[in-house]
Amino acid sequence: MPWHELVTYDWWARAGVPWLHAMAATMWLGYIWYFNFTHDPTVPKIPQEHRPGVVRYILPDALFWLRWSAVATVILGLVLAWMTHFLQCGLELGIGWHNAGETAIGIGMWLAILMAANVWFVIWPNQRRNLGFVPRIDARARARAARIAMLASRVNLMLSIPMLYGMTSARFY
Amino acid sequence: MKNPLDSLTQTIILGFLLTAGMVGLIHLIAS
Repeated sequence: MPWHELVTYDWWARAGVPWLHAMAATMWLGYIWYFNFTHDPTVPKIPQEHRPGVVRYILPDALFWLRWSAVATVILGLVLAWMTHFLQCGLELGIGWHNAGETAIGIGMWLAILMAANVWFVIWPNQRRNLGFVPRIDARARARAARIAMLASRVNLMLSIPMLYGMTSARFY
Repeated sequence: MKNPLDSLTQTIILGFLLTAGMVGLIHLIAS
Protein backbone atom coordinates (compact mmCIF):
# COMPACT_ATOMS: atom_id res chain seq x y z
CA MET A 1 0.00 0.00 0.00
CA PRO A 2 1.45 3.41 -0.95
CA TRP A 3 2.02 5.57 2.12
CA HIS A 4 -0.43 8.30 1.06
CA GLU A 5 -3.26 5.76 1.08
CA LEU A 6 -2.64 5.21 4.77
CA VAL A 7 -3.42 8.81 5.65
CA THR A 8 -7.11 8.71 4.83
CA TYR A 9 -10.20 9.71 6.82
CA ASP A 10 -10.43 6.10 7.95
CA TRP A 11 -6.82 6.20 9.15
CA TRP A 12 -7.45 9.37 11.16
CA ALA A 13 -10.72 8.01 12.59
CA ARG A 14 -9.43 4.58 13.55
CA ALA A 15 -5.69 5.06 14.13
CA GLY A 16 -4.42 8.67 14.08
CA VAL A 17 -6.93 10.39 16.38
CA PRO A 18 -7.22 7.43 18.83
CA TRP A 19 -3.41 7.49 19.09
CA LEU A 20 -3.24 11.26 19.76
CA HIS A 21 -6.18 10.99 22.19
CA ALA A 22 -4.48 8.14 24.09
CA MET A 23 -1.21 10.14 24.31
CA ALA A 24 -2.97 13.23 25.68
CA ALA A 25 -4.99 11.07 28.11
CA THR A 26 -1.85 9.28 29.30
CA MET A 27 -0.25 12.63 30.08
CA TRP A 28 -3.36 13.94 31.83
CA LEU A 29 -3.94 10.84 33.96
CA GLY A 30 -0.20 10.64 34.59
CA TYR A 31 -0.34 14.10 36.17
CA ILE A 32 -3.53 13.35 38.14
CA TRP A 33 -1.99 10.19 39.52
CA TYR A 34 1.37 11.92 40.13
CA PHE A 35 -0.36 14.59 42.23
CA ASN A 36 -2.29 12.01 44.25
CA PHE A 37 0.32 9.27 44.62
CA THR A 38 3.49 11.36 44.94
CA HIS A 39 3.10 15.12 45.14
CA ASP A 40 0.37 15.62 47.75
CA PRO A 41 1.58 12.94 50.21
CA THR A 42 5.26 13.98 49.86
CA VAL A 43 5.14 17.79 50.05
CA PRO A 44 4.25 17.90 53.79
CA LYS A 45 7.34 15.77 54.50
CA ILE A 46 9.73 18.14 52.68
CA PRO A 47 11.79 20.33 55.07
CA GLN A 48 10.50 23.91 55.07
CA GLU A 49 13.71 25.29 53.49
CA HIS A 50 13.27 23.07 50.41
CA ARG A 51 9.55 23.74 49.89
CA PRO A 52 9.99 26.86 47.71
CA GLY A 53 11.70 24.66 45.10
CA VAL A 54 8.54 22.60 44.78
CA VAL A 55 6.05 25.46 45.05
CA ARG A 56 7.87 27.88 42.74
CA TYR A 57 9.21 25.51 40.11
CA ILE A 58 7.63 22.04 40.03
CA LEU A 59 4.02 22.83 40.98
CA PRO A 60 3.33 25.62 38.42
CA ASP A 61 4.91 23.51 35.66
CA ALA A 62 3.00 20.33 36.59
CA LEU A 63 -0.25 22.33 36.77
CA PHE A 64 0.40 23.78 33.31
CA TRP A 65 0.67 20.31 31.76
CA LEU A 66 -2.27 19.04 33.83
CA ARG A 67 -4.55 21.81 32.51
CA TRP A 68 -3.60 21.63 28.87
CA SER A 69 -3.42 17.83 28.64
CA ALA A 70 -6.99 17.83 30.04
CA VAL A 71 -8.12 20.18 27.25
CA ALA A 72 -6.28 18.18 24.58
CA THR A 73 -7.74 14.88 25.83
CA VAL A 74 -11.34 16.13 25.86
CA ILE A 75 -11.09 17.88 22.46
CA LEU A 76 -9.44 14.87 20.79
CA GLY A 77 -11.98 12.55 22.42
CA LEU A 78 -14.91 14.62 21.11
CA VAL A 79 -13.31 14.79 17.64
CA LEU A 80 -12.84 11.03 17.73
CA ALA A 81 -16.47 10.45 18.77
CA TRP A 82 -17.63 12.78 16.00
CA MET A 83 -15.42 11.11 13.37
CA THR A 84 -16.67 7.65 14.32
CA HIS A 85 -20.32 8.82 14.36
CA PHE A 86 -21.18 8.21 18.00
CA LEU A 87 -20.87 11.70 19.46
CA GLN A 88 -24.61 12.26 19.87
CA CYS A 89 -25.34 8.70 20.99
CA GLY A 90 -22.47 8.82 23.51
CA LEU A 91 -23.45 12.20 24.96
CA GLU A 92 -27.02 10.90 25.27
CA LEU A 93 -25.55 7.92 27.21
CA GLY A 94 -26.91 5.56 24.58
CA ILE A 95 -30.39 6.07 26.07
CA GLY A 96 -32.91 4.81 23.52
CA TRP A 97 -30.13 3.55 21.24
CA HIS A 98 -30.09 0.04 22.84
CA ASN A 99 -26.33 -0.13 22.74
CA ALA A 100 -24.67 -0.77 26.11
CA GLY A 101 -21.20 -0.07 24.65
CA GLU A 102 -22.29 3.47 23.80
CA THR A 103 -23.71 3.83 27.32
CA ALA A 104 -20.40 2.72 28.84
CA ILE A 105 -18.30 5.09 26.73
CA GLY A 106 -20.91 7.85 27.12
CA ILE A 107 -20.64 7.71 30.92
CA GLY A 108 -16.84 7.73 30.49
CA MET A 109 -17.13 10.83 28.27
CA TRP A 110 -19.24 12.72 30.78
CA LEU A 111 -16.96 11.73 33.67
CA ALA A 112 -13.93 12.97 31.70
CA ILE A 113 -15.70 16.27 30.88
CA LEU A 114 -16.55 16.67 34.58
CA MET A 115 -12.91 15.95 35.50
CA ALA A 116 -11.63 18.53 33.01
CA ALA A 117 -14.08 21.11 34.40
CA ASN A 118 -12.82 20.24 37.88
CA VAL A 119 -9.23 20.91 36.74
CA TRP A 120 -10.06 24.30 35.20
CA PHE A 121 -12.76 25.65 37.52
CA VAL A 122 -11.88 24.20 40.94
CA ILE A 123 -8.29 22.94 41.09
CA TRP A 124 -6.64 25.70 39.04
CA PRO A 125 -8.33 28.76 40.68
CA ASN A 126 -7.53 27.33 44.12
CA GLN A 127 -3.94 26.46 43.18
CA ARG A 128 -3.51 30.02 41.88
CA ARG A 129 -4.41 31.26 45.38
CA ASN A 130 -2.17 28.64 46.96
CA LEU A 131 0.76 29.65 44.74
CA GLY A 132 0.31 33.33 45.56
CA PHE A 133 -0.71 34.30 42.01
CA VAL A 134 -3.76 36.07 43.44
CA PRO A 135 -2.83 39.26 45.34
CA ARG A 136 -4.06 40.23 48.82
CA ILE A 137 -4.66 36.74 50.19
CA ASP A 138 -3.68 35.86 53.76
CA ALA A 139 -2.02 32.64 54.91
CA ARG A 140 -5.31 31.18 56.13
CA ALA A 141 -7.05 31.70 52.77
CA ARG A 142 -4.03 30.19 51.02
CA ALA A 143 -4.09 27.10 53.23
CA ARG A 144 -7.83 26.74 52.64
CA ALA A 145 -7.33 27.01 48.87
CA ALA A 146 -4.59 24.35 49.02
CA ARG A 147 -6.95 22.05 50.92
CA ILE A 148 -9.80 22.52 48.40
CA ALA A 149 -7.39 21.92 45.49
CA MET A 150 -6.11 18.72 47.14
CA LEU A 151 -9.63 17.36 47.74
CA ALA A 152 -10.71 18.26 44.19
CA SER A 153 -7.64 16.43 42.88
CA ARG A 154 -8.67 13.39 44.96
CA VAL A 155 -12.13 13.58 43.39
CA ASN A 156 -10.46 13.39 39.96
CA LEU A 157 -8.43 10.33 41.00
CA MET A 158 -11.65 8.69 42.22
CA LEU A 159 -13.54 9.55 39.00
CA SER A 160 -10.66 8.40 36.80
CA ILE A 161 -11.32 4.78 37.86
CA PRO A 162 -14.91 4.48 36.52
CA MET A 163 -14.04 6.86 33.64
CA LEU A 164 -11.31 4.48 32.40
CA TYR A 165 -13.69 1.54 32.80
CA GLY A 166 -16.19 3.30 30.54
CA MET A 167 -13.53 4.05 27.93
CA THR A 168 -11.98 0.58 27.89
CA SER A 169 -15.01 -1.68 28.36
CA ALA A 170 -17.18 -0.35 25.50
CA ARG A 171 -16.18 -3.17 23.17
CA PHE A 172 -17.19 -5.80 25.73
CA TYR A 173 -20.81 -4.64 25.89
CA MET B 1 -15.85 12.21 60.77
CA LYS B 2 -12.69 12.10 58.70
CA ASN B 3 -13.04 12.85 55.00
CA PRO B 4 -12.44 9.58 53.07
CA LEU B 5 -10.72 11.63 50.35
CA ASP B 6 -7.90 12.35 52.83
CA SER B 7 -6.92 8.71 52.45
CA LEU B 8 -5.47 7.58 49.13
CA THR B 9 -6.60 3.98 49.77
CA GLN B 10 -10.16 5.01 50.60
CA THR B 11 -10.29 7.26 47.51
CA ILE B 12 -9.31 4.30 45.32
CA ILE B 13 -11.86 2.03 47.03
CA LEU B 14 -14.53 4.68 46.38
CA GLY B 15 -13.43 4.72 42.72
CA PHE B 16 -13.96 0.96 42.47
CA LEU B 17 -17.34 1.20 44.23
CA LEU B 18 -18.39 3.91 41.77
CA THR B 19 -17.30 1.61 38.94
CA ALA B 20 -19.52 -1.18 40.33
CA GLY B 21 -22.43 1.29 40.42
CA MET B 22 -21.61 2.33 36.88
CA VAL B 23 -21.73 -1.30 35.68
CA GLY B 24 -25.23 -1.55 37.18
CA LEU B 25 -26.23 1.71 35.51
CA ILE B 26 -24.97 0.51 32.10
CA HIS B 27 -27.12 -2.61 32.37
CA LEU B 28 -30.11 -0.59 33.58
CA ILE B 29 -29.91 1.96 30.75
CA ALA B 30 -29.19 -0.57 28.02
CA SER B 31 -31.86 -3.09 29.02
